[in-house]
Amino acid sequence: MTRRSLLALLGVLLAKPLAVLAAWNEQAFGAKSAADALKGLGAGAPQPSKDILIEAPQIAENGAVVPIEISSSLPGTTSIAVIIEKNPFPLTGKFDFKDGALPFVKLNVKMGETSDVRVVAVAGGKPYVATREIKVTIGGCGG
Amino acid sequence: MAGPMKMRATLAGGNTDVRVLMTHPMTTAQMKEGLHHIQNVAVKQNGRTVVEAEISQAVSRNPVFTFRLKGGAKGDRIEVSWLDNKGETNKIETAVA
Repeated sequence: MTRRSLLALLGVLLAKPLAVLAAWNEQAFGAKSAADALKGLGAGAPQPSKDILIEAPQIAENGAVVPIEISSSLPGTTSIAVIIEKNPFPLTGKFDFKDGALPFVKLNVKMGETSDVRVVAVAGGKPYVATREIKVTIGGCGG
Repeated sequence: MAGPMKMRATLAGGNTDVRVLMTHPMTTAQMKEGLHHIQNVAVKQNGRTVVEAEISQAVSRNPVFTFRLKGGAKGDRIEVSWLDNKGETNKIETAVA
């Protein structure tokens, strides 16, 4: 073993625990379509549900800050993901709720243009979806 | 450099609402500053992880989140931490008021 390969190996060994601590789903977040993002999340073909609530303005004047409040009343909801269909990278966030947390989150997102926003909740191991269109007057992804 | 955070945890309707602000540029690859965004957020209640989130560059600059925890009592310790794509990290702890 050369000294260089030994150093490379050490680097890999040292880098690994850090990667485990902070998981970030590169496949899903790197997806350029909502369908690929869903696949990356392992939540393909979600069933429409009325038990997922999306509170958001119908028209957002400033696409740089669009407030969205989401919650699920589906029993056994363990995660909620937000997908902004027409953003360059649609998957915006995935929230895992453990025992002790309600499946609720409020956040501000950037939207490049008017788009459907899909909220995907996993409940009892199955994916469900609700969709809401938000119109954007001034896009908020460049600058 | 990791900027300051602000957090408020209050009892409301029998649950605990946690509102947290993170100072962070949250820039996308299209911006001149280049890709720099928070990737991971974790919420702990009395030392136990209750919410784990992965987020993208499409979360607005200086992210503000509200989370809702079941039940809770005055004095519960709430901690929120984040980690970004450059390895920077920050956290804040407060007691439920």
